[in-house]
Amino acid sequence: MATYSTSEFKGGLKIMLDGDPCSIIENEFVKPGKGQAFNRVKIRNLKTGRVIERTFKSGDSVEAADVMEMDLQYLYSDGEFWHFMHPDTFEQVSADAAAVGDSVKWLKDQDMCTVTLWNGTPIIIEVPNFVNLTITETDPGLKGDTSGGGGKPATLETGAVVRVPLFVQTGELIKVDTRSGEYVSRAKEE
Amino acid sequence: MNDRQTGSGVSPAASIETLRLRARVIAQIRAFFQRQGVLEVETPVCSRAATTDPAIESLVTRYTGPGAPGGLPLYLHSSPEFPMKRLLAAGAGPIYQICKVFRDGEAGRLHNPEFTLLEWYRPGFDHHRLMDEVERLVGGLMPEPAVARRLSYRALFQQRLQIDPHPATAEQLRNCALQQGVPGVDRLDLPQRDAWLDLLMTHCIEPAMGPGLCFVYDYPASQAALARVRPGSPPLAERFELYLDGIELANGFHELTDAAEQQRRFERDLQARTAAGQPVVPMDRRFIDALARGLPDCAGVALGIDRLIMRLAGADHIEQVIAFPLSRA
Repeated sequence: MATYSTSEFKGGLKIMLDGDPCSIIENEFVKPGKGQAFNRVKIRNLKTGRVIERTFKSGDSVEAADVMEMDLQYLYSDGEFWHFMHPDTFEQVSADAAAVGDSVKWLKDQDMCTVTLWNGTPIIIEVPNFVNLTITETDPGLKGDTSGGGGKPATLETGAVVRVPLFVQTGELIKVDTRSGEYVSRAKEE
Repeated sequence: MNDRQTGSGVSPAASIETLRLRARVIAQIRAFFQRQGVLEVETPVCSRAATTDPAIESLVTRYTGPGAPGGLPLYLHSSPEFPMKRLLAAGAGPIYQICKVFRDGEAGRLHNPEFTLLEWYRPGFDHHRLMDEVERLVGGLMPEPAVARRLSYRALFQQRLQIDPHPATAEQLRNCALQQGVPGVDRLDLPQRDAWLDLLMTHCIEPAMGPGLCFVYDYPASQAALARVRPGSPPLAERFELYLDGIELANGFHELTDAAEQQRRFERDLQARTAAGQPVVPMDRRFIDALARGLPDCAGVALGIDRLIMRLAGADHIEQVIAFPLSRA
């Protein structure tokens, strides 16, 4: 079992805490001149996304978490699992709904995603910051309107609903910022 | 040039402006002691003996050559305390020193393994009289007038945590930390009662101390270090710390002058080191011999210059006030 001592703590280090894989966000060394040293650590639980604080006695060890990030291609969903493939090795992994989370709104076949694996199983699926998606349904806009002021809801091929300018129509490909869920621009077919 | 050559770590971590401030403050400190008639001294950075304090690990190097053809392990001082007291015992009178000191294992927002210490000794002073002088020196360096608060260690714990630190058991201190919501206390295994006191001090009291200067004095006898212990119920160590904006800045003692008691404390430290699997270092016998010959009744204090500069420069990390901290050394 690999372990890390507190002196190895730094941002990004992956450790096991209470049975869950976690990532260290911030590590502060606290020590009175003539007393016990501590590490006050801010940690993100990678399964729940929750941020917690924890104080360790300096010199203590914690179990390392077998966590790695890979860029994988999204293939398809069978309703229960979402399947991803390594583009070079063609190795496949499947993620459950908890791992996919909100990313499900932006997952399109063939897109590359950053997949965080814990002991080989996906626990976080991160979509690119920008994705191009086709509008499957939106009300016809007013002719001649090019300002985009106001906007209207549009349903995308993944099921996500975003506000788009009035001049954008069903069937068009648009670029969306997945972090804010906002329309960016029209997109060209690649 | 490739990336590595142009990469970070070449230029100083502190701005030239901060280094100018640093030089100015050190010059002001020297002027202060010159006015007070305190003598500047130098003592060895490398010593055959080390501090026995289990909370402080020394860096060690080796000299080989005339006088020690087989090689001589030398410990880098973690404070110039022992040789300065040998000077006091030799009749030096009031003395001060500004020097780099070294501590293994300490790096972080408020720690660099080598840092600058101002240490001075006042024959005839007790810890209260020395606090007065520390306040005059540090207060005089502040841009705004500063009056220090003074609280006993007990009053501080009672005020902030409603607990008397002296009779409290480790279990009671642990429960107090639990009530205060210190994260992860339920899984924390601390070696002794003092470590629980340190946890409460660093996690609950220091962050709530507020701005300004605050002296804390009369520590538990178990944290006496090199301070004399005043008999009583409970016996209390005549030790003080100065906090500036909740950050530990200085540590002072009404100094222990009893050679036999000093040797017993060193031996106790070394037993604790053995029990904890820490390096067992040679104790400073020349220092103990000097005490046996007679150390004048005195008080002494060590003050971290880097942290003082941090406050004056408005820096929140010690690296911002050191030209080349560990990451760039």
